[in-house]
Amino acid sequence: MDYALIVLLQVIATVANLAMISAGLAVIFGMMRIINMAHGEFLMVGGYTALVSHQAGLNLWVAIFLVAPIVVGLIGAVVERLVIRRLYGRMIDTMLATWGVSLALVGLITIAFGNTVAGISPPLGSVEIGAYAIGCYELFVGGVTAILFLAGWLVLARTQLGLIARAAMQNREMAAALGVDPAKVYATTFVLGAAISGLAGALIAPITGVVPSIGATYIAKAFITVISGGTSILAGTLSAAGLLGAVNSMFSFLMTPVLGEVALLACAVVLLRLLPQGITGRYFRRAL
Amino acid sequence: MTILSVNELAAGYGQIRVLHNVSFGIKEAEILGILGHNGMGKSTLLKTISGAIRPTAGSISFNGIDIAKAPAHVRARHRLGYVPQGRQIFPGLTVRENMTFAARASGTPLGIVDEMIERFPRLQSILGRAGGVLSGGEQQILALARCLCARPVLILLDEPTEGIQPSIRDEIVETLIRLRNELQLSILLVEQNLKFMTDLADRILHMEKGRLDHAATPPTAA
Repeated sequence: MDYALIVLLQVIATVANLAMISAGLAVIFGMMRIINMAHGEFLMVGGYTALVSHQAGLNLWVAIFLVAPIVVGLIGAVVERLVIRRLYGRMIDTMLATWGVSLALVGLITIAFGNTVAGISPPLGSVEIGAYAIGCYELFVGGVTAILFLAGWLVLARTQLGLIARAAMQNREMAAALGVDPAKVYATTFVLGAAISGLAGALIAPITGVVPSIGATYIAKAFITVISGGTSILAGTLSAAGLLGAVNSMFSFLMTPVLGEVALLACAVVLLRLLPQGITGRYFRRAL
Repeated sequence: MTILSVNELAAGYGQIRVLHNVSFGIKEAEILGILGHNGMGKSTLLKTISGAIRPTAGSISFNGIDIAKAPAHVRARHRLGYVPQGRQIFPGLTVRENMTFAARASGTPLGIVDEMIERFPRLQSILGRAGGVLSGGEQQILALARCLCARPVLILLDEPTEGIQPSIRDEIVETLIRLRNELQLSILLVEQNLKFMTDLADRILHMEKGRLDHAATPPTAA
């Protein structure tokens, strides 16, 4: 019984982790159809921002929830203004340009901090279940992920900003013909996506540690999750993270973590073979 | 009073020039029809006036303001309405959300949405349905209602009868004439359906190969 409970909690933590690292990408790709190859580096910079701020004496929670999203959001604003804005509708050019941004960020962070793993101790201790234990911080990340997605749903479904964002996402030209400046909507979306990535990177840093090249591991999983989810930003990301995270955890527990990663990839391949439009291409089609 | 004045307008797609020195004007509360075969540049003309395509030469004066270089959203905020060919309903938004979006985007008080629902009773029973699942006729009525939610003074209407049943076509004719009379609305209509055009338009111009023929006498409906 204890074992089953600890496995369940671990599955929840893995799903939350996957959903969290994919959220910023889902916003940018799902709403703007921009493949942001610098997404992993946005997460990485978020982690370093939290680390450096905390080491400089700032409260850890302020560093994670305030400083990291603001810093990465500002970097996103600069990237959008200088690079992305000139490339809307040119998917390959955008991929190449954001890949360049990712290489630049990796280089800059390596120069500044070296190519070594740095970390913050996960706060909140651990909870024991019989002979097993799980970090409370991992469960806390799960709670924050749930709140983030709930807040995202409320913004998209219930606010003026959400209505405008959904309309601009569905038909940019028609939204403009009705009076919305699409450039402003897209800039806001990109900055928001970058800020969410910064928050995610900072939140996960105490669990994984940070290293300049960590973005590469994030971006692969994030892309697989977002593509497997399909067109609905929230329902797609959550359902894909739920499926892939559960498969990853179960195989990690039953076999090894490496086979868990293999199972995640194999599951995504089979899923996209059966559902080329992703999960929300067939199910939850009207969900946000 | 002339509400829209187009002078020597030229536009196209890349190197392909579609419109050649197009000039015309529309007065307040006038319905002007532009008739022509497929591929003659009618839709390109509306796209150029709405801001979807940038003109390569000429001027567009709307309510006394030169809008030729203004982006589409700025033109819309000057109360220039556009109902494109194919309607371009937001498929994932409900009928009410489609209209609410137009009101929000243009800064019009939200009361306009209920006003439009009263004007278009056919929408009352489908307010919660997604735009993408509506029939062609329902989408056309929604596209018109959505456009009106921004309180335009001029509507660019592109092929409104395409793929809709005759009863809805008659309903659209009646509604547009009523709106013109009540709101002093001007309409620039592009259409291939001669009956619809003659029922609605005060004046009809003929477009051929990207040029307006002001001297041509439009055919009459049988």
